[in-house]
Amino acid sequence: MKFAKKIYVALIFLFLYAPIGTLIVLSFNASKTRSKWGGFTVKWYVSLFQDETILQALGMTLLIALLSALAATVIGTISCVAMNNMKRRTRAVLMGVTNIPMLNADIVTGISLMLLFISFGLRFGFGTILLSHITFNIPYVILCIMPKMKQFNPSVYEAALDLGASHITAFFKVMLPDLAPGILSGFLMAFTMSLDDFIITHFTKGAGIDTLSTKIYTEVKKGIKPEMYALSTIIFVTVLVLLFLVNAAPDKKQDAVL
Amino acid sequence: MQKELIKLEHISKSFDGQMVLDDLSLNIHENEFMTLLGPSGCGKTTTLRILGGFVNPDTGKVIFDGADITNVPPNKRHLNTVFQKYALFTHMTIAENIAFGLKIKNKPKSYIDDKIKYALKLVNLEGYEKRMPDSLSGGQQQRIAIARAIVNEPKVLLLDEPLGALDLKLRQEMQYELIRMKNELGITFIYVTHDQEEALTMSDTIVVMNQGYIQQIGSPESIYNEPENAFVADFIGDSNIIAATMIQDKLVEILGARFACVDTGFGTKKPVDVVIRPEDVELVEPECGTIKGVVTHLIFKGVHYEMEVMANGFEWLVHSTVLSPVGKEVGIKVDPFNIQIMNKPESEDEEAIAIEI
Repeated sequence: MKFAKKIYVALIFLFLYAPIGTLIVLSFNASKTRSKWGGFTVKWYVSLFQDETILQALGMTLLIALLSALAATVIGTISCVAMNNMKRRTRAVLMGVTNIPMLNADIVTGISLMLLFISFGLRFGFGTILLSHITFNIPYVILCIMPKMKQFNPSVYEAALDLGASHITAFFKVMLPDLAPGILSGFLMAFTMSLDDFIITHFTKGAGIDTLSTKIYTEVKKGIKPEMYALSTIIFVTVLVLLFLVNAAPDKKQDAVL
Repeated sequence: MQKELIKLEHISKSFDGQMVLDDLSLNIHENEFMTLLGPSGCGKTTTLRILGGFVNPDTGKVIFDGADITNVPPNKRHLNTVFQKYALFTHMTIAENIAFGLKIKNKPKSYIDDKIKYALKLVNLEGYEKRMPDSLSGGQQQRIAIARAIVNEPKVLLLDEPLGALDLKLRQEMQYELIRMKNELGITFIYVTHDQEEALTMSDTIVVMNQGYIQQIGSPESIYNEPENAFVADFIGDSNIIAATMIQDKLVEILGARFACVDTGFGTKKPVDVVIRPEDVELVEPECGTIKGVVTHLIFKGVHYEMEVMANGFEWLVHSTVLSPVGKEVGIKVDPFNIQIMNKPESEDEEAIAIEI
């Protein structure tokens, strides 16, 4: 019975990770065809980092991920402070409203953002990608910070005021340090989500600009290049590391976010 | 009495249409240990929060040292609060916690260091500067909360059920500590609690509150010995509250028997309530008592025995160091001085209540 259980778990993990495993193996395959193992090599990684357009896309991805995560973290933190001071009913309704975009299909979010930008006459490019990434990141940030906010003892904030602190000082000196683990995991989560996004970016990017995921998509359409396996592997590992960080960020007493 | 320091004038406050304080006026003197005492929901904490500036009253004024501070925010008031759940800054060391208020006021470092030393000495926690709040016990955290408040040299210290989370032994110890600190500092303490014993032990003045009204203000002795209504009598300690008739001055009829008392001015043949503390009921030989009864219950309480005596249809609560076994026929005698006469309650909030603690 115990053995059967282990087999079962092994099978589940095999199904879950076989595709990614294949990808990783192929990224180290010296042979250009998928069907044959030509020996171990890192040449695809080397040529990947010599490709100008890919490096550009990488730079763009990181820039957008960083900026959108920062903006979403600031907006999300402020929203949490505001929501915490609302009446329970209002807060519950608002939490529900913020949760909807997370459950919404990416393609719907992508198309509606595209339509919105068109109707406002915005030019598609860096700005529209950034705006849409900030938009879909905010709910994740709020989701990460709100539990910390609920744990925060309002008397502590009042104690700071009582000792002469202004609201601003009390927020930065007393409330923010308490929320910090939540804010950090919110930031990392938003960064990961942005790094990882394809569909929404695809609909809001416009011509002449690419993030890694849209770049891979274009390249794959043209024909298989093993460099793309290498690139996908790198993205997978990066996201994996970030997710570990997100889970490690809040203190150990608290349940993990994911 | 010393000069008046704080005046609350006609304060009313309601939350979501529910009246919490109704036209409350109160004077607090310099160097006074005042306790706001009452069951939960009586408005005592709201009163304290109005003093601290965390709640704005709907109507009325808060006068502090002659100046109207009703609309002054908490960070501009010369009083400090010790919160119920300590509310220490958990990411700061003990020293940083205590220094918080002083740093905001831009005091020089040497001054701050001296103050930290002094405050830790006052609360008997010398050498704890580098510790983190989490590593301290509840009682120690509470002392740090007090130290953090008093280094700012407030004229008034507000304490919101500061001992509520501590165990009995520690609570009693801290009561003496608080009295000592107050005498050493020479400032006004305003203390909120629902624990009548705590109030009686520490206070100069007790304000008994219920349902947003002040029921009685007085010294612990007068509150205990001369409660003005059934609520106060019932809330402060155990008591026998019995419906009675005032026959004339200094004579009251309780359960059909006439007792001599010392109260005058209630009129003749007037229905009243009488309060007799259980320790004031004397059990004597049946023929020597004013009324006769039978002991129905007996519990050993440590310092004394607690007995219930059925007499003339009322179950009398009696505390005595002398044991009377269950079933024994006894006589009940009460010293005239120990019978406290009260007017019948005029409103619901003056009635005796079942206390849940």
